[in-house]
Amino acid sequence: MFYREAGQFKSTYSADMAVFPLRQDRIGIAVILALAFIGVPLIGNDFFISSVMIPFLVFSLAAIGLNILTGYTGLISLGTAAFMGVGAYAAYKLTTAFPGINIIVLVLVSGLFSAAIGVLFGLPSLRIKGFYLAVATLAAQFFLQWAFVRVPWLFNYNASGAIEVPQRTLFGFPITGASASPETRYFVCLVLVVGLTWFASNLVHGKLGRSWMAVRDMDIAAELMGIKLLNAKLTAFAVSSFYAGVAGAMMIFFWYGGGEAADVFNIRLSFNILFMVIIGGLGSLIGSFFGAAFIASLPTILKFGLPALGVPLSGAAAEHVTFMLVGALIITFLIVEPHGLARLWQIGKQKLRTWPFPY
Amino acid sequence: MKTTKLMKGAALGALLAASAQVAPALAQDSVYFANNAYRTGPFSGSGIPIGDGMRDYITMINERDGGVNGVKVVYEECETGYDTKKSIECYEQAKSKNTILYSPWSTGATLAAIPRAHIDKIPILSMAYGLSASADGTNFPWVFIPPFTYWDGASLMVKHMAAELGGMDKLKGKKLGLIHLDAPFGKEPIPVLENLAKKYGFELKIYPVAAADMQNQGSLWLSIRRDRPDYLYNQGWGAMNPTAVKEAIKNNFPINKLVGVWWAGGDDDARAGGPEAKGYKSLNLNAAGTNFPVIQDIQKYVVEKGKSLAAKEKVGENLYNRGVYNSMLVVEAMRNAQKLTGKKVINAEDMRRGLESLNITEARLKEIGMEGFATPTTISCTDHSGHSKAYVAEWDGTKWTKPGDWLEPLKDEVRPLIEANAKDYVEKATGWPKRTEPCEKSS
Amino acid sequence: MSDVAARPAPNLLAKGWVKSGLIFIAVVAAAILGAQFDDSGTLYKVFIDPFQQMVQAPDLLAQTIWEGLVSGVLYALIALGFVLIFKASGVFNFAQGIMVVFAALTLVGLYEKGVPAFLAVILTLGVMFVLAVTIERVVLRPLVNQPDIILFMATFGITYFLIGFGEALFGGSPKQMIADQLWLPKGAIDLKLFGGLVSLQKIDIAAAVIASIMIAALAAFFQYTRIGRALRAVADSHKAALSVGISLNQIWVIVWFTAGIVALITGIMWGARSDVSFALEIVALKALPVLILGGFTSIPGAIVGGLIIGIGEKMGEFYWGPLIGGGIESWLAYFIALGFLLFRPQGLFGDKIIERI
Repeated sequence: MFYREAGQFKSTYSADMAVFPLRQDRIGIAVILALAFIGVPLIGNDFFISSVMIPFLVFSLAAIGLNILTGYTGLISLGTAAFMGVGAYAAYKLTTAFPGINIIVLVLVSGLFSAAIGVLFGLPSLRIKGFYLAVATLAAQFFLQWAFVRVPWLFNYNASGAIEVPQRTLFGFPITGASASPETRYFVCLVLVVGLTWFASNLVHGKLGRSWMAVRDMDIAAELMGIKLLNAKLTAFAVSSFYAGVAGAMMIFFWYGGGEAADVFNIRLSFNILFMVIIGGLGSLIGSFFGAAFIASLPTILKFGLPALGVPLSGAAAEHVTFMLVGALIITFLIVEPHGLARLWQIGKQKLRTWPFPY
Repeated sequence: MKTTKLMKGAALGALLAASAQVAPALAQDSVYFANNAYRTGPFSGSGIPIGDGMRDYITMINERDGGVNGVKVVYEECETGYDTKKSIECYEQAKSKNTILYSPWSTGATLAAIPRAHIDKIPILSMAYGLSASADGTNFPWVFIPPFTYWDGASLMVKHMAAELGGMDKLKGKKLGLIHLDAPFGKEPIPVLENLAKKYGFELKIYPVAAADMQNQGSLWLSIRRDRPDYLYNQGWGAMNPTAVKEAIKNNFPINKLVGVWWAGGDDDARAGGPEAKGYKSLNLNAAGTNFPVIQDIQKYVVEKGKSLAAKEKVGENLYNRGVYNSMLVVEAMRNAQKLTGKKVINAEDMRRGLESLNITEARLKEIGMEGFATPTTISCTDHSGHSKAYVAEWDGTKWTKPGDWLEPLKDEVRPLIEANAKDYVEKATGWPKRTEPCEKSS
Repeated sequence: MSDVAARPAPNLLAKGWVKSGLIFIAVVAAAILGAQFDDSGTLYKVFIDPFQQMVQAPDLLAQTIWEGLVSGVLYALIALGFVLIFKASGVFNFAQGIMVVFAALTLVGLYEKGVPAFLAVILTLGVMFVLAVTIERVVLRPLVNQPDIILFMATFGITYFLIGFGEALFGGSPKQMIADQLWLPKGAIDLKLFGGLVSLQKIDIAAAVIASIMIAALAAFFQYTRIGRALRAVADSHKAALSVGISLNQIWVIVWFTAGIVALITGIMWGARSDVSFALEIVALKALPVLILGGFTSIPGAIVGGLIIGIGEKMGEFYWGPLIGGGIESWLAYFIALGFLLFRPQGLFGDKIIERI
């Protein structure tokens, strides 16, 4: 009744091609953004912001990156965590080499390094497809992870082998390092994620995005239509790795605050991000957010939320139940809606459109 | 349909709210102590006995004495699965519940928590693990690493080797192999061993094991066969250790020349080798077995009353006892803090003071039923480790024994390295807070 | 519809000069990389020294090849579990690793409860059967006809569930595999060869023999029985198989059960080499390069792939690993597989990928 396009006329082509043609959608986005920028810092406590919201943002960005590759271009990659690691190590090397440059700029620049490595490991995609490609990208995962441990130059020859995040400021506020408050770190992440999501949305709705989708739907047909596979696949790898790299740098700088980074970017993380993309919805930006919330935040919320609600579970038993519950939920969601949470969201919107009438 | 959706939404909302608002309702005469545990995941084999030991000692203190000077210790485990991400969550959780101490139980978790702890003012007790450089109290006032560091361990290994060969001068021309988990934890001993190798003229061979190949060490042991090291030091963890013991037996490496770091000294690690594992050695900081009043008290007050999670026969195993030892340090530091501040219910900052002037003497060990269980340890304002003694334990086929005496680490070799590295760490982490906490007048 | 069957995917790498150019770049890169880690005579160390070592110490070479052979057979065994399920249902079964752990834990757990060893094996097989039926009923049947990637995801759900369930049931402590009770041999045969000692572990020999018997039995099963033929029919085309009256549901239960048997044997073998704990789950990852090398759909491919990877990675680690600090085993296998894939994108024995427009 309220969510309906009746009365909204489009008088220009650009209005017709807008990403959010409905006024209600635009209001909805504004409300969500307002909630994210104002509501969350006001309501949430430190634990909620630093252990639920920041990870959620970081994983959303990584999932968007992988979604560009897997969801939009149809290339499965299991090396996302390694590309995230490249971003993290690049950001660390850059900020220790050029301490004067703003860390946010460096985080974005480190994404470029990750993009370059991504293109290199994307080369086999011109030849190999499907699960074969997925397993081939594991080469990147294992090789890079090995390099993170083995090449001491990457962590500045620290005896501990860990990377320590130095304190960096923005307008005089510390935004990295331990003295940065969770709220500040959250704001920086939020701005980066919102900005990059906007950029991604423009990419996938533009020429490049369309060529990716053509390649996904059938690469031979796309090639016959004049799309250069080399360009389309490698740009997909580059953009995807760029997002992953930025997410990785954010992960270490704004969330972990340093530590045993090589161990963080392991194969399990790669799998998790792939699953975020699948369960969120392949080829859907909003799905990436849903997927991140489901795979990354849900276990945390269950683990700490259930005991607080009075469910008498603790320690190992809680962990077991969480594992079983998440597993069962994954299967349930896949059975209910194999196209992911984003599809459920669309169905919901469609229902809302016709509500209260059934058709 | 609508209502179920609503209900789901409401439930999720409630969950979110609940996880956001975890306020501990503590009674007046208790303190809260959060301990990281990993009873799940690939490393649970080592995590379970440790967690049981820690839990049981605290329970015993609560049951037998009614707490520490009448203050009950509310002990809560946070499950990490040995995963750094989860342990960071656990840290935030512990912080929001006002824990008196953070006990990370993994080197990765320690590294991630060290910068935070200095801002949040929560002391970290990383007992014989974590960042070796954090033994420098001047730069790391909030981190404690008793009774010794991995670097002390490496020096002890060299000392043990020298003792068996008949003197430090006999080390010349010998070969020492280091098998290590290819992660920061595993690489810890390398700088010390390299220094000592240069000084005493022995050769150091390094054999890294990737985490994915923990149970697949075939080619590594071939290299060992080729290089024929005289001694092997195993800085391993989890499933890597039993595999190493089995491979050593398989490859005819003399098992009594294989020495594990203290974390490679689990009963399950050695048992995997069967009867041939007799003679496998491991550095150790606590005695194994039940033949101590403290363990008997745990059996009496906790295990027999069914309040323990451990199986009866597991009580007194090496790693279990290590958990007990760690909890003992916590309780003794609490007592010390109570004495220093005159308060009964202490907070995290009092706890730091308590840890910093912790002095566990032989007499005190006897009082708490731990005579011969461990050696005295003294922590001071500058020395947050104590560099205490360790011994080389030997597996006799069914249990760990203590054939030799307590050995002192080569503190003179280790200490300068610690100070240099601590300085380096602090310099690299710009904005590192200068120590403002005053030192205790000697206690 | 035009058939472009024989056409290799995009044409770029098919050109000889690009191929050789890439290889050249890789070699140069490796040489530069080597030079970075080492001071002098990199090329000597890469190209001459390892071979000299092989000639000088043939006993170690023999031992290395033997170790590679044994691990190759064991990798092949895990890969077999993947291949079976992929062939019959197109599912890339991520849960194979946890099934190995689950089967081994069930076996040891039952034995600890006092069940005689061989009865425990039979009971474990029963458990694996129940698991197969449950997975078919609860997961596969509602997801029939979904894209591959969704089914892949579903097996991840199974993995999560089994981790939680297994740990809740058996606890996380590592357990000893009951190798003696299952009459698995112990000790080693030391051969005096080439002036040195080559020691063959009896358990490794047993593993190789059992794995070979297993593989042969499966091959015969596929080739000569009615169910085997039905399985192959399903692998070729679900719809065609359905139309001639083959029950898909029944076939799926059978392949998942077979994969369960393979998992149990894998669990026993790997468990006897170290111990039975949740860390064993990682071992399944070792099978992935074998899979792409041999092809997802080929049983002989799994065997040949396993042997190539096993021997290749052991030789690489032993002779060339020390040059760049060791521990290269974790990724070397993938690079070997990748090298083969550039020439045969469907793996050595995989079904030819036919693309139509």
